[in-house]
Amino acid sequence: MPHRGMPTVRSIGAKAIDNVLRLGYAARFIGLTLAHSGTSFARPGLIVRELYYTGVLSMIIILVSGLFVGMVLGLQGYQTLTTYGSESALGVLVALSLVRELGPVVSALLFASRAGSAMTAEIGLMKATEQLSAMEMMAVDPIARVVAPRFWAGVISMPLLAAMFSAMGIFGGYIVGVVLIGVDEGSFWSQMQSAVDVREDIVNGVIKSFVFGVAITWISLFEGYDAPPTAEGVSGATTRTVVTSSLAVLALDFILTSFMFSGA
Amino acid sequence: MGRSMLDLWVGIFVVAGIAALVILAFKVGNMSNFGGGDTYEINANFDNIGGLKPRAAIKSAGVVVGRVKSITFNNERFTAKVTMAIESGYKFPKDTTASILTAGLLGEQYIGLEGGGDDKMLKTGDSIRLTQSAVVLEKLISQFLFDKAAEGGTQKP
Amino acid sequence: MVALTISFRIRTLFQATIHVVSSEILIEIKDVNFAYGRRPILTGINMTIPRGKVVALMGISGSGKTTLLRLIGGVMKPTSGEIRVDGECTSALDQQGIYRLRRRMGMLFQFGALFTDLSVFDNVAFQMREHANLPESMIRDLVMMKLHAVGLRGAHKLMPAELSGGMARRVALARAIALDPMIMMYDEPFTGLDPISLGVIANLVRQLNDTLGTTSLVVTHDVQEALDVVDYVYYLSDGKMMAHGTPAEMRANKDPLVHQFVYGEAEGPVEYQYPSGEYAAELKLGARRKASPLGGRHAA
Repeated sequence: MPHRGMPTVRSIGAKAIDNVLRLGYAARFIGLTLAHSGTSFARPGLIVRELYYTGVLSMIIILVSGLFVGMVLGLQGYQTLTTYGSESALGVLVALSLVRELGPVVSALLFASRAGSAMTAEIGLMKATEQLSAMEMMAVDPIARVVAPRFWAGVISMPLLAAMFSAMGIFGGYIVGVVLIGVDEGSFWSQMQSAVDVREDIVNGVIKSFVFGVAITWISLFEGYDAPPTAEGVSGATTRTVVTSSLAVLALDFILTSFMFSGA
Repeated sequence: MGRSMLDLWVGIFVVAGIAALVILAFKVGNMSNFGGGDTYEINANFDNIGGLKPRAAIKSAGVVVGRVKSITFNNERFTAKVTMAIESGYKFPKDTTASILTAGLLGEQYIGLEGGGDDKMLKTGDSIRLTQSAVVLEKLISQFLFDKAAEGGTQKP
Repeated sequence: MVALTISFRIRTLFQATIHVVSSEILIEIKDVNFAYGRRPILTGINMTIPRGKVVALMGISGSGKTTLLRLIGGVMKPTSGEIRVDGECTSALDQQGIYRLRRRMGMLFQFGALFTDLSVFDNVAFQMREHANLPESMIRDLVMMKLHAVGLRGAHKLMPAELSGGMARRVALARAIALDPMIMMYDEPFTGLDPISLGVIANLVRQLNDTLGTTSLVVTHDVQEALDVVDYVYYLSDGKMMAHGTPAEMRANKDPLVHQFVYGEAEGPVEYQYPSGEYAAELKLGARRKASPLGGRHAA
């Protein structure tokens, strides 16, 4: 531990090395999780149980947020498009924004703060109260029994939640644009359908949300597993999960977008 | 939370998620590009392709009949060779014209095919001989100025 | 205890390996050293734990008792030396081997370490469901028997959060003996319990040992309870084995270190004050050495 009076450069170096070590540990951790996933698939009941806690309990926040985001897109989009006389393109604007970007990204950020932090806290507490050690002493591998099911549940939940977010958002845009403001319903849907391509936009959006799911679940589980077994340790780990996951999602979004939507 | 209640809710969740995906795929997006259908390839050479990109649409009478597969530069003739993938259901005669058009005023560029009157149809690997290159704005302007100057010249005594 | 004897019969059905020659010594620890990085935790430990006996491992906090338990359980490997459990050397075992060994061990953690998301019933049934392929009806009977042995059969529907400390530890005990282990390890089973629960647990330790034929290793610093219940005592101080003997021998031991521990004396070889500077100087009294209000000796 660097003590006061140590040159700043050395402490930065020490921190950097620490982080690299931690990254290596994290990589080994995910390798172990994948290797020990056999139990999860042999006993799908474990994954189903975790699907409830990560997916089902996140549904409400995802659906409501999606609705609001879609409604705001409808409002803002209308304001801007009117100046160019292109209100009929509102459907295109809402659909493409959601399916390509906002759906995967915003639902990932919400997922990280709701389900991700919950996973970190749960595993951190299990570690602090020696439940993981108890499991080890009973010859049950905690990674196979506790970590892997949660990983697969998170990976499965994320694309489904992102799709729900986008669908609700489009509905919200429809409510605001067509029902409330009065954009022509026919052109709303028809222009949307011709502009949104299943392979280009929707599938890419699903791929994005899948990648985000892997990243968020990995970070959440690792932080929980590695947390110091104290109250401050667990709380610090939970915070780190949300922050790191959010940054990772945004960075990955940029990388994926530049691959997928670079304009061929 | 009883075991069966839990399973029920997870089932609802998965069904809702898949339903959302299906709605997005079918109602929101268009499936025209989705894998389906065999295609055959034909080529066309253009002097200037303008802003044409691979995967651009190929339309005839306004309907999408295929996609641009690849664009390469022919170094011997200094033209652009565009390879097109046309859906197998659509046959075009040998004297079809291929033009590069723009969708809307400032939109994306696509290839428009106009059928001729020939009896024989294009097969895989054939080339379209009648092509019209993209309209390049600068050339249009300089052409316009040249015409204007020439017109002014003939008028002067 | 009928319940326990029946489950003892069932235990023999589970044991994967039946040792034809069962030796007198179940756990043998030879010249074991363990260091955490550069910090030595255990030095030159030698212990033998005979089959079927209750052995106490005592020492003050931080003397390395829990570390020794972990070494026996294969959680960590000794830096040097050998630990043999039922003839198998723990350092030579791979992960699968360690798991096989642990299936014959039961461990009671200090605060129970019950799985908080499972009910009492599911906690006790955990090992049965994970390791043995039994029908649910049989699992139910076994769980009820184990809970009855610890006196908590009626609590099977409760969640761990609803249990008191003593009850939680008894459920954890039922869980640990679920598969009738060959060795039972107790990590500070008496800490923080009210006198009644303390007596109950101490009795259970003895009864389980006698009825199941289990060998028990109790790590504790609760001297009086332990000395009434165990057959043999090992005393650790600062990572080294200081003394060992029967409870009577420990009580009669004249070594000041042992004596201070057994009789809980404030003054003795083990220092009361954490190492610090000269007390008078700390109080900024300068050269005047006032008689300290506490009296007695102080660490310099």
